[in-house]
Order: sequence, then C-alpha cells, then structure tokens
Amino acid sequence: MKFYVDLHLCPQTSNLSHVSSMVEKAAAFGYKAAGITISSKATTEETQKLKESCSSFGVDFITRVDLAPKSVGEMLKNLRSLRRKAEVIAVECFSKQVARQAAKDRRVDLIRFSLVNPKSRFFDVAEAELASGSTASLEIDMAPLLTLQGFRRAGLLSSLRREVQIANKAHVPIVLSSGADEPILLRAADDYCSLAYLFGMERYEARKAFSENPKAIVERNRRKLSPDFVAPRVYVVRRGKS
Amino acid sequence: MTMYVRRRYIAVKVDGNKEFNGKEVFNAVWNSLTRLFGEHGASLAELSLIEYNQEKRQAIFRCSHKALDMVKASITAVTEVSNEKACLHVARVSGTLKSLRTRTASLK
Repeated sequence: MKFYVDLHLCPQTSNLSHVSSMVEKAAAFGYKAAGITISSKATTEETQKLKESCSSFGVDFITRVDLAPKSVGEMLKNLRSLRRKAEVIAVECFSKQVARQAAKDRRVDLIRFSLVNPKSRFFDVAEAELASGSTASLEIDMAPLLTLQGFRRAGLLSSLRREVQIANKAHVPIVLSSGADEPILLRAADDYCSLAYLFGMERYEARKAFSENPKAIVERNRRKLSPDFVAPRVYVVRRGKS
Repeated sequence: MTMYVRRRYIAVKVDGNKEFNGKEVFNAVWNSLTRLFGEHGASLAELSLIEYNQEKRQAIFRCSHKALDMVKASITAVTEVSNEKACLHVARVSGTLKSLRTRTASLK
C-alpha cells in the first residue's frame, strides 16, 4: 500500500473534537501523514495536543504554516521567523511579485494560488522556471472541485489543466492536497486521483502527487530541522564523548 | 454481427447521516456525471445501477470501460444525495459482476 500524505487538512485547530473527527476519517481513508495548518503564533502546547490527537489514530502529524503575504517584504519577514518552526511552509500568492519571490526562495515549500479568481493565478512559464530552480512545489487543493459548481468549476479546471501542463514541462513537482475543512469533504487518495483526471493528470502522476512528492518535502525539512543538520549536505553522523 | 461491449462494474460505498435508497444514489451520480461531462458524455458512459444494498450502504454500478475514469470522477464529485450531505467512495472496480461480488464480500 502506498504511503499517502494529505498535506493540507484544515480542521478548526481550536476544537480538538473536530480535529479528531477529521484525523480519524483521514486514517480510515489510508492516509499515513497529515499536514495541519497551525497559526504562526501557536504555542508548543497547542502543537503537542494536535500531535497527540493525530498519533492516537496512527497518523503522522506534520506542522504546516500558511502565509498569505501582501508584499514581498512581509513574506521574507515571515519566512525568517517561521522557517525553523514549521515543517512545511506554504505561500498563497495574491500578487505577481510575491509569486515570483516565493517561487525562487528555497525556504518556501509550496506555492498556492487563488482557487476562485482565475486572474489571480500567476503560475505561468516564467514562474515554473523559477520554481524548478528552487524547492517549491505547486499545491492544488481538491476541496474546491467538490464545492464549486458550474462556470466557476469549469474555469478552475481550465486553469488547473494549463498549470499542470506547464509544471510537467518545467519539472516542477505537484502536490495534491484535500484542503478539506469538514469530514464530508474528505475523500480517499484514490478517489482524488480519479478527480485529478478532470484536469488532465495521469493516474500515476496523481498518485505521486499524493505520496512521493509531499513525503519528499517533509523528509527534506525534517532532516533540516533535526539537531544533526549543520549546513546543506553536511550532517552530524556521530557525536564523540565529551 | 453483434458488437461485444466491454463493461466495468464499480462497487461504491455511501457515506452520510441519512438512509438513502438506490434511486436517490443513482440520481446523485447521474446528476454529477451530467454536470461534469454533459449529456453527450453521460450517454457515452452507459451508466446503470445494478444493485443497492441498504444495510451495507453499498451500490454496484455498471458502465462502459471507456468511460470508467469519467464515472469514477463523477462518483467522487458527489457531495449531496437528495439534498442531504453525503459522499460516495469507490471501493472496488472489476470486469465481471461475479468477481466484484467475491472481492467486495471481504469489505466492511
């Protein structure tokens, strides 16, 4: 069985029973790890409670921070203060300047775009080239595909189809996430892979976007956050007796 | 000359707070199919409901093998069954009804 990861589970973190119901459902659907968005001001105790809630269902808890900066300066400031605290950092890009900076900044793991306004989706060829040179992946939430209807869903599918083609051409990894804020919106990874057919993703690509790609991000960042990390590609292998 | 049509049988689990009947589940999938692919796409799918087990909340659909991806996407996209919040999950897909029944017997 594949190691499926849902990097964007959105329960109300203040309500632990809601978190539990979401994580229970995710575990039932075969997800082995879940990224839950925490506030940038979340305390260690709050994070610990979320971790316990996840581990009680056998789901690995991944700390994630979502940034929605209005300017490049704000994004850089937030990245400086939060990079060592969260395992995954996602940046929602509302302007082209922020999108370009996020794509080339190696501290950004995921870049996201507005799911309701097609004009605010800045993932073009130039953005993909910048992202392919750094570590940023394109994140696509699946929940809006279930909640939107008619013209809006058609517009979103059209944008996603184009972006998936651009990302594949530039070798930018794609990460598919549920983006579910209610248990009823959560689906099994295989069901989401069926839904990814709507915007032209092959089944094996969709599976990779739900398993290998998010797993690689988390493993890379956990290595960096571990006390054995010295510098890129330099790690403490063994410690001597002091 | 008769034309052999290849089909796929899909076992679907229904998840929701209310009890539904087969017709309601079929209508939900059909509406989702026509919304996503239009009437032309729905006609290519040749979708039909084979059976619905109300106790197990499990349905078996039949469709054309060429339209399997379309039908699976439509099943996943269902968020309401007869105006009640619900979701459908594809449990198994098989080429014959017999093997599908054997394989779904082990499911909860």
